[in-house]
Amino acid sequence: MVMLAKGIEDASPQSGEGSAPVLSLTGISKSFPGVKALSGVALDLYPGQVTALVGENGAGKSTIVKILTGIYQPDDGQIRINGEPMSFPTAQDAGSAGVTAIHQETVLFDDLSVAENIFIGHAPKTRFGLIDRKEMTRKAKALLERIGAQIDPGVPLRDLGIANKHLVAIARALSIDARIVIMDEPTASLSHKEIEETYELVERLKADGKAILFISHKFDEIFRIADRYTVFRDGEMVGAGKIAEVGERELVKLMVGRSVDQVFPKRTPQLGEEVLKVVGYAHPTEFEDIGFTLRAGEILGFYGLVGAGRSEFMQALFGITKPSKGAIRIDGKVAVTRTPNEAIGHGIVYVPEDRGKQGVIKGLPIFQNVSLPSLKQTSRNGFLRLAEEFTLARDYTQRLDLRAAALDQDIGELSGGNQQKVVIAKWLATKPRVIILDEPTKGIDIGSKAAVHEFMAELAAGGLAVIMVSSEIPEILGMSDRVIVMREGRIAAEYEGADLTPEHLVRAAAGITEVRT
Amino acid sequence: MIRLLFKSREMILGAAILVLVAAIASRFPAFVAPSNLANVFNDTAPLIILALGQMVVILTRCIDLSVAANLALTGMAVAMLNTVMPGLPVPLILLVALCLGAFMGLINGLLVWKLDIPPIVVTLGTMTIFRGIIFVISGGEWINAHEMSDTFKAFPRAVMFGLPVLSWIAIAVAAGFVVLVGRTPLGRAFFAVGGNPHAAVYTGIDVGRTQCAAYVLSGALAGLTGYLWVARYAVAYVDIAAGFELEVVAACVIGGISIAGGIGSVGGALLGALFLGIVKNALPVIHISPFWQLAISGSAIIIAVAFNATSSRAKGRVILKKAEHAL
Ligand SMILES: Nc1ncnc2c1ncn2[C@@H]1O[C@H](COP(=O)(O)OP(=O)(O)OP(=O)(O)O)[C@@H](O)[C@H]1O
Ligand SMILES: [Mg+2]
Repeated sequence: MVMLAKGIEDASPQSGEGSAPVLSLTGISKSFPGVKALSGVALDLYPGQVTALVGENGAGKSTIVKILTGIYQPDDGQIRINGEPMSFPTAQDAGSAGVTAIHQETVLFDDLSVAENIFIGHAPKTRFGLIDRKEMTRKAKALLERIGAQIDPGVPLRDLGIANKHLVAIARALSIDARIVIMDEPTASLSHKEIEETYELVERLKADGKAILFISHKFDEIFRIADRYTVFRDGEMVGAGKIAEVGERELVKLMVGRSVDQVFPKRTPQLGEEVLKVVGYAHPTEFEDIGFTLRAGEILGFYGLVGAGRSEFMQALFGITKPSKGAIRIDGKVAVTRTPNEAIGHGIVYVPEDRGKQGVIKGLPIFQNVSLPSLKQTSRNGFLRLAEEFTLARDYTQRLDLRAAALDQDIGELSGGNQQKVVIAKWLATKPRVIILDEPTKGIDIGSKAAVHEFMAELAAGGLAVIMVSSEIPEILGMSDRVIVMREGRIAAEYEGADLTPEHLVRAAAGITEVRT
Repeated sequence: MIRLLFKSREMILGAAILVLVAAIASRFPAFVAPSNLANVFNDTAPLIILALGQMVVILTRCIDLSVAANLALTGMAVAMLNTVMPGLPVPLILLVALCLGAFMGLINGLLVWKLDIPPIVVTLGTMTIFRGIIFVISGGEWINAHEMSDTFKAFPRAVMFGLPVLSWIAIAVAAGFVVLVGRTPLGRAFFAVGGNPHAAVYTGIDVGRTQCAAYVLSGALAGLTGYLWVARYAVAYVDIAAGFELEVVAACVIGGISIAGGIGSVGGALLGALFLGIVKNALPVIHISPFWQLAISGSAIIIAVAFNATSSRAKGRVILKKAEHAL
């Protein structure tokens, strides 16, 4: 149920072969001080079709999205909608030209309600020109239902987890009636159930005749939902065509410039002593009775649907929130982690999922972001040593395949995926005993993903105990020695060895089986 | 990149100051005589010291509006102490002033940290309270020059290597801040807390404690300046330095310290203070009513903020709202 129906007349759903593009970009260039983010790229979007935009981290994908939504102005080039030249000096202009986007870093307001977030800037009005709250709540509810999100439109946004926030962002994008819908990594923080729902949504938008630009690092989904593809490499358009006429290997090669096999590193886990034991951890509203053990050198996967309480539990373990019950033992000794500082003191670190908000410190250069939790090691007699910090940052960011102009660049200037790598590097550099990685490869391109996995495997081989929260089944299966599935705040099942199959995981996460091994 | 930008922003401010001085000098060459410049610097020294303290507070997304009241209260307290115990040596007086100022800063800091009250509310409140206390302890009376001991009054004016002690203290504080802000974990924490308080929490930095530390620093410097001020002008009364806190904040803003937190530099605060100090001292020389000074400072603030707004990225928070923590 979409409100407002202006501006669709001229774009009658003419899907299929031979139709003209609704949106056509030619020769678009954009430079930032010191970086050429885009040089002369072209992009066409067709009504009723999904065009996948692929490229490595920093290839310029989000930059083109921001140009299309009036956030950045191109230095050069043309934007045409239905053949007519257009320019988008502001976000409003892009909206009224029928372009809407779900951005990679969702821009929402924590203090406002879900409904207010969805309709901010274009709320339904009463006769007197005031915001019509009833109508707004009703419409918000309808929109949320349409995308299959079970969210109460009245709650403040801050109460939602990151995945639900993402769904709110999707609802917001759809609240503007648009002909062109852009999705910048829409499934990055979702698990299979929500991902399926997102695909259904895309299908529906397609059937409505919308032109969709879909940015993703996941090849399975690109091949599943896209009709066309466009590949960017280092700010240039290096290929475009129909998805049916291209193979995955070919696409990866276009994107990276070489072939990459998505294989997980072979590991023969050398399990050491028990490092961490969690007993009966509980929280009044988020999770209950969580208990497990973790040994040195082990990679323990945590799988579950969005809202299963995985991140919430990890936050409590790390001392961000307080558990109501439960105890932990480190090396057999009772330990408490009331603050992140205490957790870090015990050698437990947490790479949060919402890295934009909880990880990246804008205003500090890359190397100082990396060294921030390691300042004790890099400083001497209470004084910082910048050279040491620099070396530390270089070592770890190199391993993770970071693409940056220089390490003293402001972190805010990096592309989304590269910011993620900095945050991961920051925590690995603390040389922890137990690392909790929440969605470690979210938003990271295929080549760098392999680098992250390899690094994880190497660290585990060196005795690091790893907890990996991931919603990507291939990653969970490929990396974990053992997997705990959580459902509605409780441990639903635990699998290892031959039991570790996609079916088991999905069933346990959805509550179809009660098997507990 | 940002570094360069910073450098260039400070350079722009530095250039603006040079142009200003050159313009004045073209009409009134006496203004640039070394002795006069030294005078101008000495006059600006209290502003410099307070602006540096304010800078770290602003870096952590807070604000300290109580600095001038803290200065006045400490000044009155040490002046009264001096009348009761004229023999008290200057180092002890300095220590008392620093501690008293730091204590008042600690009150601000604890209120912000433990009770989570927005910084602007806390310091508006303590500002009024501190002024009230001066009235209570002094009974509204002035303490005049003849009631103060000579050593008490002489200290800030004593000349060493061609400059008064007051100037040297400002230089020393600035040098200390270069080290503190750029070379210590605490200095780094100020930036981290202001840049992204949520992420700072995840990094193991206690946001409230860091903000409290900033207030203590700002308070200690206000206390120190309180003694120097009262001794230099040889008078203490309820209303000394009234409204000075706004000049301090203005110096920071002109110096490119982002009011949204996380961005700023010692050099910027220093230049911002110098800019205001020069304007203030030049106006009487060029026969412009000192009332124009307010208009000029105001314009400089708006220009500086507009400049910051166009060249820095959008930052979410403003001083009216306390940076929320993840806790
Ligand atoms: N505001 C900015 N200032 C400076 N450089 C920028 C800015 N925004 C982006 N860049 C640079 O432009 C290039 C393209 O970035 P963009 O965010 O478009 O990449 P992306 O393809 O979306 O990558 P990812 O997959 O990591 O999200 C990168 O080199 C990035 O560092
Ligand atoms: Mg991106």
